[in-house]
Amino acid sequence: MLATLVIVFREVLEAGLIVGIVLAATKGVPARGVWVAFGVVAGLAGACIVAAFASEIGALFAGSGQELFNACVLILAVGMLTWHNVWMASHGRKIAQDMKRVGSEVASGERPLLALAVVCGLAVLREGSEVVLFLYGVFASGETSVPGMILGGILGVLAGAGVSALLYLGLLAIPTRRLFSVTSGLITLLAAGLAAQAVAFLQQGGYVEILTSTVWDTSWLLPEDSLAGRLLHTLIGYTDRPSAAQLVVYLFTVALILTLMYSQRSRAATPRPAVAEITSRS
Amino acid sequence: MGIRHPLPLIAFAACLAFPAVARAEPAIDVTIKDHRFTPAEIHVPAGKPVTLNVKNEDETAEEFESHDLKIEKVIAGGTSGTVRLRPLDPGKYPFIGEYHEDTAKGVIVAE
Repeated sequence: MLATLVIVFREVLEAGLIVGIVLAATKGVPARGVWVAFGVVAGLAGACIVAAFASEIGALFAGSGQELFNACVLILAVGMLTWHNVWMASHGRKIAQDMKRVGSEVASGERPLLALAVVCGLAVLREGSEVVLFLYGVFASGETSVPGMILGGILGVLAGAGVSALLYLGLLAIPTRRLFSVTSGLITLLAAGLAAQAVAFLQQGGYVEILTSTVWDTSWLLPEDSLAGRLLHTLIGYTDRPSAAQLVVYLFTVALILTLMYSQRSRAATPRPAVAEITSRS
Repeated sequence: MGIRHPLPLIAFAACLAFPAVARAEPAIDVTIKDHRFTPAEIHVPAGKPVTLNVKNEDETAEEFESHDLKIEKVIAGGTSGTVRLRPLDPGKYPFIGEYHEDTAKGVIVAE
């Protein structure tokens, strides 16, 4: 039971932290709960499908199908998070102002919601498929008593969700005018961390064979499989033994997102009366 | 709604189009049975890529994981998985089965 609890907790935590950040980043947006719930449910359904076809997926591409699949899921999530941040850079200030006037932010919240619902779905898909495979295997082997497994699974989900909820509530304690800067910053680091994970999978699958040397080893200081290491791994992409390619891609992703955000922000700040008039009339 | 931001899709398509790497490299068979790896000590030539064919004979899933080698690979019960090892410097690289850490332990020795 304890083993089940620990494994389920780890996977739920990874997906849960991402959902927590997404919920904080969409504070005050109507219907966000529906979007995020839809993303999570779709992710769960996808996780079952992926688990059912795990060996078929794994056998693709000369046995590197699992790595390629994981890398693609991660890259897609990075794209969606980038999209959210760029969009927030041009609309964020207005949203913060609008939030004081109830109801006026309905339309403006729509686009990042889709991107973020997809991010939640992908996170649940990836971690969920591992949970499903694990639980199914335990169930099929009859090694652990079924009630014990179910109890361990439920406790694992609750514990993972609980820690994620702490992060969410902690973020909500930040005043609204500062909150979106914080969540945009968190999402930038989250995206960079996911991009670095994607690189690790591509290296593992044999698709990227340059820059494989390890840049540093901080496993003596903060091992990645400790709770703090895992939290930081999910939140900011901490790796105790990163490869050079991971580091390069991490820094590149941060630079790319910040550049896109700043170019968008300065464009939004430039007055464009003609355009404003057309949009207001249409 | 239309696709406003094609970048993720392009990246995704590029991923799928990526050619699978076919290499003639030595393959070593590893078996998981009763949550133990056989052989638990795997000797590989240093400086050469090696493929491990990991066969999971248990009904439970296992995750072949090595922090040193940055490998995480889930292998469902009763199936096999391919683990590619990059060219390694001489040394010892421990690995575990993450779902059964107590018993599923092994080490890759590059020499």
